[in-house]
Amino acid sequence: MDVLYFAWVRERIGLPKERVDTSAATVMDLVRELSAREDRYALAFSDLSALRVAVDQELSDFDAPLGGVREVAFFPPMTGG
Amino acid sequence: MDIRVQDAAFDPGALLSQFTPHAARAGAGAVISFTGLVRDLPGATGGLSRMVIEHYPGMTEKALHDIAQQASSRWSLGPVLILHRFGALTPEQPIMMVATASAHRADAFLAADFLMDYLKSRAPFWKKEFTADGAAWVAAKDSDEDALSRWR
Repeated sequence: MDVLYFAWVRERIGLPKERVDTSAATVMDLVRELSAREDRYALAFSDLSALRVAVDQELSDFDAPLGGVREVAFFPPMTGG
Repeated sequence: MDIRVQDAAFDPGALLSQFTPHAARAGAGAVISFTGLVRDLPGATGGLSRMVIEHYPGMTEKALHDIAQQASSRWSLGPVLILHRFGALTPEQPIMMVATASAHRADAFLAADFLMDYLKSRAPFWKKEFTADGAAWVAAKDSDEDALSRWR
């Protein structure tokens, strides 16, 4: 699936988008998997209360299932308007 | 429903001049518009040099559509316009605009207020402020999240 990062999450991880081959069952499993890779991921995901997640471009929760999902995005709370 | 996400600058007056007769033809008796502007940061050295708005192409348009759809199902509305910019902006420039129309003013006022509250914390935009002191992402405010509870 494609994993996207925005705002300071993108800056901390150092890329806007990557292709991830994963068998993670939920968003939380994917977070654990990414965090185990490198410090920059662990740092970006260290406080999940500061993050939001979208699954296939819909705001979602960290316990959301990933079966059949094509795109997951992580970002800070939005500041539009 | 007219949803626009663009990096180009826009003229709120010109947009409203197009929207108003369009709303009138659709039977509206009231038009409400809101324009958001980039505020300077008087506390920062040299003020705000620029603001950069990042967004999530694809999701942004869907989220704005969904928000406008929710407003249209809650109130009796004519045309709805939402325009939001991304990219680099300077102080005093318009960031975004919302316009609503309805037969009587209450629906259009409430819908515009609702759209703004939802836009603030449910549309995937992020603002970064640049000053001579450095750059910082604008943090979301708890009050923006609290504002949504008014509409539940």
